[in-house]
Amino acid sequence: MKLSVSSWIKSGQPWVWLTGAAVGLNVIMVAGLLALIAVRGLGHFWPAEVLQAQYQQNDGTQVEVIGEVTDTERVPASQLREAGQPVDAGIEFVDRDLLKVGNRDIGGSDFRWLNRSALQQIEYSPQLFVAERREWGNFYGFLRQLKQSGQLVGSYTAGQSDADYQQLWQQLQQRLERTLAIHQQISKIEKNQIGSINSKLERLRLAERRLELSDSLTVVAQADIAADRAEQDSAYEALQQRLIELYAEIERDSLVAEVAGGQQIEISLSKIVQAYRPNEMGVAEKLLFYFGQIWVFMSDEPREANTEGGVFPAIFGTVMMVLLMSFLVTPFGVIAAIYLREYAKQGLLTRLIRIAVNNLAGVPSIVYGVFGLGFFIYFLGGNIDQLFFPEALPAPTFGTPGLMWASLTLALLTLPVVIVATEEGLARIPRSIREGSLALGATKAETLWKVVLPMASPAMMTGVILAVARAAGEVAPLMLVGVVKLAPSLPLDTNYPFVHLDQKFMHLGFHIYDVGFQSPNVEAARPLVYATALLLVLVIALLNLSAVAIRNRLREKYKALEH
Amino acid sequence: MNTSAINPSASQQSSFENGDKAPLTAPPELTFDSAGAVRLRRYRRFKDRLASAAVGVGGISVIVAIMLIFIYLMYEVMPLFDAAEIKPWQHQGQQVAPYSRPGADVDTWYLTAEEQAEVGLRVDASGLASFFDTRTGVLKQQLKLGGDSVATATAFALGAEDSRSFALAHSDGGLTFARHQYQVSYPNDVRTITPEIEYPYADAQLQLSDQLGQVQQLAVRDSEEQLLAVGLDVDGQVVASRFTKEVNFITEEVEIEAEHRLIPLAAVAARQAEVARLLISPDTSWLFVIYRDGSLITADLRQFDSPVLHPVLQVSDGEVTRAEFLLGGNSLLIGDSLGEVGQWFLVRDDHNEYRLAEVRRFHDPAPAAVVALTTEHRRKGFVVAEASGQISFYNSTAHNRVLTDRLADPVSDNGIVTIAMAPRANALLVEDGNGMISLWQVDNEHPEVSWSALWQQVWYEGYQDPDYIWQSSASNDDFEPKYSLAPLAFGTLKAAFYAMLLATPLAICGAIYTAYFMAPALRTKVKPFIELMEALPTVILGFLAGLWLAPFIEDRLATVFTLLTMVPLGVLLFAFIWHNFPKRIRLLIPEGWDLLLLIPVIIGLAWFCLPLSAGLEALLFGGDMRGFITRDLGINFDQRNALVVGIAMGFAVIPTIFSITEDAIFSVPQSLSNGSLALGATPWQTLSRVVLPTASPAIFSAVMIGMGRAVGETMIVLMATGNTPIMDMNIFEGMRTLAANIAVEMPESEVGSSHFRILFLAALVLFAFTFAVNTVAEVIRQRLRRKYGSL
Repeated sequence: MKLSVSSWIKSGQPWVWLTGAAVGLNVIMVAGLLALIAVRGLGHFWPAEVLQAQYQQNDGTQVEVIGEVTDTERVPASQLREAGQPVDAGIEFVDRDLLKVGNRDIGGSDFRWLNRSALQQIEYSPQLFVAERREWGNFYGFLRQLKQSGQLVGSYTAGQSDADYQQLWQQLQQRLERTLAIHQQISKIEKNQIGSINSKLERLRLAERRLELSDSLTVVAQADIAADRAEQDSAYEALQQRLIELYAEIERDSLVAEVAGGQQIEISLSKIVQAYRPNEMGVAEKLLFYFGQIWVFMSDEPREANTEGGVFPAIFGTVMMVLLMSFLVTPFGVIAAIYLREYAKQGLLTRLIRIAVNNLAGVPSIVYGVFGLGFFIYFLGGNIDQLFFPEALPAPTFGTPGLMWASLTLALLTLPVVIVATEEGLARIPRSIREGSLALGATKAETLWKVVLPMASPAMMTGVILAVARAAGEVAPLMLVGVVKLAPSLPLDTNYPFVHLDQKFMHLGFHIYDVGFQSPNVEAARPLVYATALLLVLVIALLNLSAVAIRNRLREKYKALEH
Repeated sequence: MNTSAINPSASQQSSFENGDKAPLTAPPELTFDSAGAVRLRRYRRFKDRLASAAVGVGGISVIVAIMLIFIYLMYEVMPLFDAAEIKPWQHQGQQVAPYSRPGADVDTWYLTAEEQAEVGLRVDASGLASFFDTRTGVLKQQLKLGGDSVATATAFALGAEDSRSFALAHSDGGLTFARHQYQVSYPNDVRTITPEIEYPYADAQLQLSDQLGQVQQLAVRDSEEQLLAVGLDVDGQVVASRFTKEVNFITEEVEIEAEHRLIPLAAVAARQAEVARLLISPDTSWLFVIYRDGSLITADLRQFDSPVLHPVLQVSDGEVTRAEFLLGGNSLLIGDSLGEVGQWFLVRDDHNEYRLAEVRRFHDPAPAAVVALTTEHRRKGFVVAEASGQISFYNSTAHNRVLTDRLADPVSDNGIVTIAMAPRANALLVEDGNGMISLWQVDNEHPEVSWSALWQQVWYEGYQDPDYIWQSSASNDDFEPKYSLAPLAFGTLKAAFYAMLLATPLAICGAIYTAYFMAPALRTKVKPFIELMEALPTVILGFLAGLWLAPFIEDRLATVFTLLTMVPLGVLLFAFIWHNFPKRIRLLIPEGWDLLLLIPVIIGLAWFCLPLSAGLEALLFGGDMRGFITRDLGINFDQRNALVVGIAMGFAVIPTIFSITEDAIFSVPQSLSNGSLALGATPWQTLSRVVLPTASPAIFSAVMIGMGRAVGETMIVLMATGNTPIMDMNIFEGMRTLAANIAVEMPESEVGSSHFRILFLAALVLFAFTFAVNTVAEVIRQRLRRKYGSL
C-alpha cells in the first residue's frame, strides 16, 4: 500500500514516530551515559601495555619516549598547521596519541600528545616496568641496579640475558615487600598509636579546663592530670624513638632505573607503592592485577591530594553518614506516613500535610544546606557547645560542620522519600485485613503494630533504600554542613568516644567534585574520578533497583490478597 | 459475622481481647472485671491513646519542618531590612550625660574616636589636641599639635578617617602632619587605651609655599610616594605643595623634596565666591575646589607641573555647607543649605577622559541646611546633621536612608555643630551649639542592603554606567560590595530556561509514546530505566558535563547542531520509507515495539552525522564553527556555557517530567480514548484531542515541578559553568545561579554579616520560588485526582 506524503502526515503517524524517537533518545542518553562512565571508570585499572619508541619531534630531532597510550584523537591537519606544526600537504586528518609518559619529577608533565605517524620503532619490551610512587606519579623505565645502604647489591646492563633481568626483578620485589611491611608499621604507629595518645592528651586538657571552669581544680586533681600527661608523653617518646628507627630502616634500599633517553635515576624503595611489568604479564596475570587494583582503589587511602590511591575514607564516610541518616529519618518518615494513611481524617489537614511533603521534596537541596548550616550548626550546635562543652570553647565542638549535622540535614531532605514510599505500601494493604484485626478486638495501635506494620515493612524498606540512594548522591548541602576534601581520621575509631559525630568526613560525591574540579592535576586524576563516579553510580543503581524489586514484589503479594 | 460459630477456644480469646462487650457464651470461671483484666484494659487503652498522640505529632511535624525552614530563613533575613537605631550610650548601667567639650573653648576643627569608642579626640581652632574619655568627658591627655613652639594654627585638613591622619597649617606657612594612634594594653586584665600623636614627617620641616599668605583652607593627602598639601590664603590664591619622599640608598633615610605650584583658578572663571572646601583624591591626582555658591572646579594634577583645570561645574542649587570624601576617596559628598547631599565621582568615558558625574542625591523628608557631615570608616555610609537638629544615616551604594531622628533633649534643640563616627560605626559623638559633647550608641548593622541595591541597577564607584553586578568581596578594605541579586536570578532562570528547552519536549514526547503507544511489556522495562536517571547523582552529571561534554561540544560544535536537526528529520524520513515497506516486513515488528527499530536508526543517524557535520562545517564555517562564532559573529564563547548546562540539567530534569507526565497520560480512563477511537478518530487524533487535554493539568504540573528542580539544581551549574555572574542570554556564555552562588560563597562568608544574610535571602528566594511552584503543581494534581476518581 503506497501512501502519499500528505495523507501520511494527515494520519498523524509522523508525530507518533517523533515521540517514539524522543523515547529512543532518552534511552540512548541514559545507556550512553552509563556506558561512558563504566568504560572510562573500569578501563583505568587495566595494566596497559607500555610502549617504547623513537619520536620525531617537530624540529626534526629524534627522542626516545616511553609510556602508555591513554587516549587517541583525530584532528584536522589545518588545526595543527595553524599551531605551527609541520604536516605534509595533502593530509587532511592526523591521528594523535595521548601518551602517559609519567616521570613527572624528570619531564615536568605526565602527558604528551604525539603524532602517530612520527612514532617509529615501536617496541613493547617485557623489561619495561611501571612503578607507582607515593609522590610524583607513575614512573616508567628499565631496572638497572639495586642498592642497599648505597652499596650495589645487584645490577643488569642492557644486552644481558632475560634471566638475569628476571633475577634482579625478583630481588626488587623481595626488597619492596620488606619496605612495604615497614611502611605499614610506620603508618600504624603514626595513625593509630600516636593518634590515640593525642586524643588522650586532648581529653586531659579538656578535663583540666572543665575543672578550672567549675572552680574545682584542686591540687590533687592537678597532680593526677599531670601524672597522666607524663605517662602519655613518655609513651609518645617511645613511639617517636621507634619511628626514627623505622624511618632509617625504610630508607635502606633503592633502585636505579634507566628512563627514556638513557638517563639513570635512583629511586628509594620507600617511595614506591608497587612495581610491575605490564608487557610481560599474561591475560590471567593482568586480570589478577586488574582486580587487585580495584580492591586497592576501594580499600586504600587517597594519596597526592586525592589524585591517586583509593577512596576508602570517602566510602566509609558516605556509609556512616547514610546509616546515621537512616536511623534519624526512618521513624519520622514512617510515623508521618502512618498518620496520613491510618490516623488522620482525610480533609484539609491531610491535604496540607501532603502539600508540605511535596514541598519538602521540591525544595532545592542547597536550601537544606543553608538551613542546616544556620539552624543546626550555628544555632543548635552553638547552644550545645555553650551548655555541654564549655571547656573546649572558643574551639567549637558541635558548633561547626560535622557528621551529625550532615546526617540530620539529609534526614530532613530525604523525609518525603520515606513518607511517600511508606504511604504507598500502607495504601496497598487491603482494608479487610485491618478490619479483620479490629473485629477480633485488637485496638487500633495493636492492629497497627502487629498487623499493618509487619505487612508494610518491605514498603518502609523501599523508602529507606530510596532515601539512602538519594542521600548517597547528594553533594550540594553537604558542602555546607560537614564534608571536607581530606579528613585526617575516620569518624569511627578506637579512641573514646569511638563514634565521632562532631568530626568532618569525606564523601564519594564530594570527592568527585573536589578531585575533578579542584585538584592541581585534573588530567592525571580524571580516570580516578570516573572510577569513583562508577562506584557511586553502581551503589545508587543497585539501591534503586533493589527498592524497585521489593516494591514490585509487594504489589504482586497484595494484588493476590485483594482478590 | 456470627461469633458463636467460632470454636470455643477462639471465642474465649477474642472475648478476652474485646474487653468492653460481654461475651456471648462466657464460661463461668472467667471474670472480665477482675483487677488484672481491668488493669490490662486500661493499659491497652493507654497504649492506644499514646500511639494516636505520637502518630499525630509525627504527622504534624512534617508541616512543622517546612514551617521551620521558612521561619528560620526569614529570621536570618529580617535583620537586613531593620531600620537603624540611635540611643544614648549606656555606661555601667547609666546613660551617658552630655559633658562640656574638653580643650579650648573655641570652634571644633575635628572630632573623632578610636576603635572601641572609649577615647575621643578633639582638635580645636587653637591647635590643641585633647584626648578624652568619651563617656565622662574626662581629659586624658592634651597637647599642642606640632609642639609648643610652633606658630598659631590657622587651618586644619583631614587626611583620611581610616588612616587617622590630619594636618595643620600655621600662620608662618609651616605644615604639621600628624596621626593619632592608640596603644591597647591589659594591665590587671583591664583594657587600657593610651592615645598618642605621631608625626611621620617630624624630621622634615614641611613648609607651604611662600607665595601663600595666611592659609584659610587646607587639604592634605598622604600617599606612598608623596604628601600633597593644598592651601588657600585670604587673597583666594590656591597653591599646591608636593613633598616627594625619596629613600636615600646609602643612609636609607627618607628625604623630602618640596615643589610648589600655583593652581590658576582665575583662568577658568573669575571667582568671587568663598571656597567652602578643598579636597584631594587619595592618589593625589585630583584637586576639587568647592565654592560656597555651589560651583566646583576640578583640577587634574596628574602632571603636577602643568595642572589642567576642568570647566566650572554646578554641584548644588543652594549654598554648599559641607563636603567630604566617602570611604576610599572616590566619591565626593556635597551637602548644601537645602538639606540635600549629592554624591559625585569621576567617571571615565570612552575617550579615557574623566569627568565628575552626579551619581545620586540624598535627603530626608524634612530637609534643612546640612550643618555637619561625617563618613563611616569601613563602609560606604555617612551621617548628616541638619540645622533643624535632625540626624540622618545614609548608605551610598544602597541609596538608602536607614534612619532619620532627633536626638533627645537638649542636644538637638541646641543645634548640632559637629558629629563624628566611631570606626566600628557603633557610636556617634555629637557636639551641640552649647559646646556640650554627648555619646550615642548606633545600631546600624546592614545599611548596604535595600531593594534598589538588590534588584535594581546601581551606579558603582569606578563604573561608567549603572549596572547589575554581584561582587561580594575583594582584597582591599575600602571596597564597595556589590550585592545585586539580579544577575544571579537571571543566571538561574537562564540555566533553567535552556534546560527546559531540551527537557520539556523530550520528556513529554517520550511520556506520550511510552504511555500511549508502547507495548505494555516494553513499557515496564523502559519506564524504570528512564526513571533510573532521576536517581543519578547530579554531581556525576555535573562532572561529566564539565570535564567531558564541555570540551566535546567545544571541539564538535557543528556535530551537535547537525545532530539536533538531522535526527528528527532522519527519523521522519525513515518512518516514511518504513511505512511504504511491504506489509509482511512491517508486521515483523509488532505494534508498540517500534522503539527497538528506532534505537539503531538513531544511533546510525548519529554515526552518519559525524562525517556530515565535518563536511558542513568546512562548507559553511570554513572548518571551524567555534572560530566562526567568535570571530565573524563576535559572540563570546566560553567552554562551559549555557548549552552544556542545558543538556546536562535537561538530562536531570527529564525523568521528573517524564515520570509524572507518563503517569498522568496512563491514568486517563481507557473509556475516553476507546470512545474516541470508536467514533473513527485516528490514534493520534485521540491522543491530541482527547487524552492530552484531559491530562494537560498534570502535564503542566509536571513541567512546573521540573522547572522547580532546574531552578534549585546546584552541582551541575557549579561544575558545568564558569560561575561568572553576567547578564546575557547568549547560549555560548556561562552564568552563575543563586544556588551555585550559595555553594561557592557560603563557606567563606562571616556569620551574621550582610553578605551572610544576603546568601540566606538567596536561599529564601529559592525556597519561596520552589514552594510556590510545587504548591501550585500539587494543588492541580490533587484536583485532577479527584476529577479522575469520578470518571
